[in-house]
Amino acid sequence: MDIDRYERTWIFLSAAVLIALMLALTYSIYGLDIRLIGDAGQVDPAFVTQRPPFDQPGVYEEGPGRYRVVMIARAWSFQPAEVRLPAGAEVTFQVTSLDVIHGFRVPYTTINQMIVPGQVSEIRYRFDEPGEHALFCHEYCGVGHHVMEGRIIVEPPTTPAAAH
Amino acid sequence: MNPQPHPQPPTDDAPARELSSLYRPDSLHIRCFIYISFVLLALGGVFGTLQALDKMGVDLYQFLPGNLELYYMGLTAHGVVLALLFTGTFIIGFLSLAVVHGLQRPLADRGLAWATLAVAVTGTVALLVTIFRNQATVLFTFYAPLKAHPGFYAGLVLVALATWMAALNAWLTWRAWKRDHPHERTPLMAFAALCTWAMWFLASLGLAVALLVYLLPWSLGDEAQVNHLLTRALFWLTGHPLVYFWLLPAYLSWYTMLPAQVGGRLFSESLARLVFLLFVVLSTPTGLHHMYVDPGVAHGFKVLHGVMTYAVIFPSLVTAFTVVASVEEGARRRGGRGYIMWLLALPWLSNPSVAGQLLGMLIFAMGGITGLINSSLNMNLVVHNTLWVVGHLHTQVAGAVTLTFMAISYWLVPFLSGRELWGRKWAVFQVWSWFFGTAIMARGMHWMGLASAPRRTFLTYAPYAERFSEWHWGGVLTAAGGVILFISGGVFLFVMLRTIFGRRLAQPMTVPEAQPLMEPGAMPRWLDRISPWFALGLALSAAAWLPSLWRMAAEYPTMPGFQLW
Repeated sequence: MDIDRYERTWIFLSAAVLIALMLALTYSIYGLDIRLIGDAGQVDPAFVTQRPPFDQPGVYEEGPGRYRVVMIARAWSFQPAEVRLPAGAEVTFQVTSLDVIHGFRVPYTTINQMIVPGQVSEIRYRFDEPGEHALFCHEYCGVGHHVMEGRIIVEPPTTPAAAH
Repeated sequence: MNPQPHPQPPTDDAPARELSSLYRPDSLHIRCFIYISFVLLALGGVFGTLQALDKMGVDLYQFLPGNLELYYMGLTAHGVVLALLFTGTFIIGFLSLAVVHGLQRPLADRGLAWATLAVAVTGTVALLVTIFRNQATVLFTFYAPLKAHPGFYAGLVLVALATWMAALNAWLTWRAWKRDHPHERTPLMAFAALCTWAMWFLASLGLAVALLVYLLPWSLGDEAQVNHLLTRALFWLTGHPLVYFWLLPAYLSWYTMLPAQVGGRLFSESLARLVFLLFVVLSTPTGLHHMYVDPGVAHGFKVLHGVMTYAVIFPSLVTAFTVVASVEEGARRRGGRGYIMWLLALPWLSNPSVAGQLLGMLIFAMGGITGLINSSLNMNLVVHNTLWVVGHLHTQVAGAVTLTFMAISYWLVPFLSGRELWGRKWAVFQVWSWFFGTAIMARGMHWMGLASAPRRTFLTYAPYAERFSEWHWGGVLTAAGGVILFISGGVFLFVMLRTIFGRRLAQPMTVPEAQPLMEPGAMPRWLDRISPWFALGLALSAAAWLPSLWRMAAEYPTMPGFQLW
C-alpha cells in the first residue's frame, strides 16, 4: 500500500497525540488517583426506607472533621433537602433513589453523579469555603424534574457541628 | 457570473432529462425516504427552537394548544424525531443510492425495499402517536424504570428492523454483484455504504436485546420488573455508535462525492477504505463513557472505554488529511494558489452543496475537540449531563451531519426528481445561516454547561436558575442560535419544496463520483474485505461489554415501572 509522505507523517503524528492522551488519562487515574465512582454496593429497592442506612437519612458526624450524609432521592426531592456542614470537613455522601434514575449535581464542584435505584452512589468531597451551594437533579426524572433541588450550607468551622 | 443559457422548452420524452435506467427501479422508494426525512426534520426542528428559547427563560409552550404545552413531551419528540427518525430515514435512502451507483446495478430485492419503507413508516407512526398522546414522555434515551406505552418500544423495534432490512438489501445487492465480478474490487462508494451497515448491525445488537428481551415484555405486563441499569448500558452500547451511523454517510459523501464536486480526485483510496473499516472495529467498544458517573459500573471498564474512545478518534484524524487533501487538489485545478489561499478557489458562495459540506467539516472539527474532553474521565466530571454535552452533540449532529445531509440534498433531490434546483442563492444563504446558527447555539450551550447548567431541564421554571446569573448570556446565545436555525431550516424546506414541484431539469445530472488520485493498484486484499474486520469488532465489543453486562444481568436489583409525567 503506497502512502503519500506527508500523509504518513500526519498519520504518525495523529497516532502519537492520541497515545500521549491515553497515557495522560491513565496516569491521571492510576498515578494521581482521580477516581470516578465505582461500585459502592447495592440495596434492595423495595426495602430502602426500612433498612440502614437509608431508614434514617441525615447528616452524621463520624469522627473529628469527618461527616457522612445519608440521602434519598425521589421524584422530585432530596431528603434531607438541606445539609449543613462545617467548612473543611471530609464528607461522604451516600445516596440512592426510591423510584427512577436521578442526578446529583453541586455546581462548580466535582460532585456530579447519577443516582440509580438499587445502587448506592458514594461521593467524597471537602467543602473548604463557607457558603451556600445549590444541589439539583440533572437527569430527567419526570415532569417535576426541574424543581428537584436541595441545598448545602457550609458553615465557618468554628460553629458547632452539623444539624441533625 | 457566466450568462445562463436559456432552458430548453421541456419536451416530455427527452431522454437526456430522464433518470438513467440504472436508478429508475429504486428512485421512488429512495425519494420516499428522503422526503419523509424532510417532514421529520421540520417537525423535530420546531421543538428544538422552543427548547432553545427556554434556555433564555422564554416559555412559548404556554401558547400552544392541548398536549403541545408539555415541555418534556416536546423534548421527547425532538430527540426521537431528529436523532432516530430523520437521520434513519435519510440514511436508508442515501445509502441505497450509494449502493446502486457504486455497484452500477439496482437493489437486489425491490419488494424488500418497499417492505423496508412500510416497516419504517409503521414504526414512525407508532412512535409519533404514543409520544403526542403523552404516553411516552421518556426522552429518546428511554431510561427505565420510566415506563412508556408498549407502542413506543414497538415503534423503536420497527424502525431498527427497517435499518436491518435496508442493510440486508445492500448486502444481497453486493453478493449478486460479486457473483458477476468475482475478481474485481468492490467500488469504494458501495464499500463505504456496506461498512456503514456492518458497523450499525454490530452496534444495534445492544438496542435489539434491550427492547425485545427487556423493555417490550415489561411494558406489555409480561414482566413485572425491569433490570434498569442493564437496559441503560445496552442502550449506550448502541447509543454511542449511533453517532457513527449518522456520521459515516456524511464521510461517504466527503470521501467519494465531494472531491468530484470541487473538480478534484480522492487523495488516497486505500486510506479511505482503512478509515471505514476502522469504524467497523472501533465504534462499539466505547459507549460506557456515557456512564462514567453511574454507580454499579466497574471503574476499570470505564477507563477501558475511555481509552477506546480516543482510539476511535484516529480514523477521523486520518479523514481530516485525506479529505482536505482531495479538496485542495480540486481547488488547485480551479486555479487556487498558495499554502492557505487555495481555500478561496472553492465555491463557497456559488455551490450550496459544496459549501454546506465544507462548513459541516469545519464545525465537525470543533465538535471533535469537545468530544475528546467529554471522553476524558477526569474532565467529564465537570461537564457530565450539563448543557455542554448538548452543545457538543449539536455541533456533530445538527452541524456536521445534518448540514452535510442538507448539502447532499441540493444535488440528490434534483437528480432523483429530475427537477432543477430552485433558488441557488437561497440555498447558499441556507447553509451559511445553518452553520452560524449551530455555532452560536453550541457556543451558548458550552458556556452554560461550563457554569453547570443541567441538560434536558425546563430551565424557565427551575427555581435554582435565577441564582446563576452566569447562565444568562449563554442562554441568550442558545436562543439566538435556535432562532437562526429555525429560519434556516425553513429556507431549506422551502427550497426543497419549490424544487420538487419546480421546473424540469434542462441538463441531465449524474451522481458525483470521485476518481482516485493515485492508482490503488497495489492495494492489499485485506482492504477489500469487511467480514474479518466485523469479526474483530465483535470480539472487541464482547470483551469490552460482556463482563459488565453479565454482572448487571445476574446480580443487580430490578424495578417496577414509573410513569412520572
